[in-house]
Amino acid sequence: MPSPALIPPASNTLAFPTGGCSASRCGASANQHDGLPEETMRKVQDHPCYSEEAHHHFARMHVAVAPACNIQCNYCNRKYDCSNESRPGVVSEVLSPAQAVKKVLAVASAIPQMSVLGIAGPGDALANPTRTFEVFAALQQRAPDLKLCLSTNGLMLPEYVDQIAAAKVDHVTITINCVDADIGAQIYPWIFWRNRRIQGREAAEVLIAQQQKGLEMLVARGILVKVNSVMIPGINDEHLKEVSRLVRAKGAFLHNVMPLISDPAHGTWFGLNAQRGPTSEELEALQDACAGDMNMMRHCRQCRADAVGMLGEDRGEEFSLEKIESMHIDEVAAMQRRIALREAINADLQTKRAARHAQVITLHHRAKPAGRPVRMAVASRGAQIDLHFGHAKEFMVYEVDAAGHRFIGIRRAAQYCGGETDCGEAETTLSRTITALADCEVLLCSRIGIEPWGKLEAAGIQPNSEHAMEAIDTALDEVWQTMLAQGKLAEQARNGQRRA
Amino acid sequence: MALEIVDLCVNCWACLPLCPNQAIQASQPHFEIDPQSCTECLGNFARPQCAEICPVEGAIVDELGEALYPPGSLTPHTCMQGAAPPA
Repeated sequence: MPSPALIPPASNTLAFPTGGCSASRCGASANQHDGLPEETMRKVQDHPCYSEEAHHHFARMHVAVAPACNIQCNYCNRKYDCSNESRPGVVSEVLSPAQAVKKVLAVASAIPQMSVLGIAGPGDALANPTRTFEVFAALQQRAPDLKLCLSTNGLMLPEYVDQIAAAKVDHVTITINCVDADIGAQIYPWIFWRNRRIQGREAAEVLIAQQQKGLEMLVARGILVKVNSVMIPGINDEHLKEVSRLVRAKGAFLHNVMPLISDPAHGTWFGLNAQRGPTSEELEALQDACAGDMNMMRHCRQCRADAVGMLGEDRGEEFSLEKIESMHIDEVAAMQRRIALREAINADLQTKRAARHAQVITLHHRAKPAGRPVRMAVASRGAQIDLHFGHAKEFMVYEVDAAGHRFIGIRRAAQYCGGETDCGEAETTLSRTITALADCEVLLCSRIGIEPWGKLEAAGIQPNSEHAMEAIDTALDEVWQTMLAQGKLAEQARNGQRRA
Repeated sequence: MALEIVDLCVNCWACLPLCPNQAIQASQPHFEIDPQSCTECLGNFARPQCAEICPVEGAIVDELGEALYPPGSLTPHTCMQGAAPPA
């Protein structure tokens, strides 16, 4: 294994794309908080990416100040710059550090739910250390209430751990796709290391060693570490169980297994060579297998490196450089608004958590009522059922039973890309969405057109807009109880609707 | 002696901060090397840093127009597994 002491020249930024997942986008399952240590809990309670609960209430943003990257991943194409694409590594404009600070202050003033600022690319945060740390230093001065996080492929992590700690960054995401260099060689064709490019197995060896060392060093300094992994069927899918065990043993607090996004149109090596991504069933099965070992994040939206807003939404266009130039910002007043809102939300969540504990205790004393679990899809911008079916870009899928509900994952809706060329006619788009929701029996949304209603119903998915604008939590349980009362939950689920 | 960035460049920024001579500019339609400033890293590094990190085959060429990393040189060598579409 290579020694980790690298000395980049003063002006050097190692560059490479993390194609994997950019920092903020990940989380854990529904009641994950209940089992966490107090201190970890405090750190994640208002981080939308680290907490499934928080992501309904708090917003995040990424600033694209880190364009350069120092490795190549086979799932990443460095060329991409498209406003209609939403995935890691994609941005509309690269910002200077000064522009980024201005944008953060503008967004945090306009969106008081904003609690987290992440640097996630579009390259690698630590391949652009000067730019990255300049933004952190300025924000530490001007908006000290914001949590800072960064995302990295880990290659330069050991070099910068002390600077990360000094910058008061308390959350770091490392994209770790393997701990075996033979597997790594199939994912990373080359890295830039000690002023030269190295390829093949040797490159993977160096990268893996650096990632593991960086993880250990962060944990030793009390910095919260999330591990992102891209699930690549046939290459690292089975192996990720071992990765999950290892990173947990080393102290990572959350593991986020994300599906490979693979499309020839994206121009990635995997996309062009017909490497497929996992089906949602395969992804879920792997997440379940890893969940025995640690907190799993299932609400990751794999957002762009310049995403703005609540998870699942992107308000980046409202804050273009031109627009923020003309905004007047009272930084102090904005910070006070954020702090007040955060306290109110956290107090409310605290009450709900206490109620949940009480409910669990009650249930233990009752005989388990009959009724099989049901999967339900929800169209929402946050914590309420507040989206029209046709406007939803994604659906949150839950499994509901007598004991409550459990978050399963995010399903992307098929959509028109919004670009100049049509990506397909409406008919095809709807049927692809229905396929993505095939394991669900109920779809909750605020409104829905007659045509999709009929098609969903025909596919065995019951649309339901009766709970428009209600809280997701309570609506799920109510719908399940209604189904139970109607005698719909005694029999086995329809064939093909649910995994065995 | 100087290297040159050709129009295969995707403006990914990787090279810019590595140049010991600050010879690289973020221009349109693609990044450029100032031939007056470029030393091909002689005296600083064993290999030209921009070419070592550039992710695009053939994007950086020498004075003879020869690519430092020609087509095929950065292609993943491992055979693909699991490439079949789901049943």
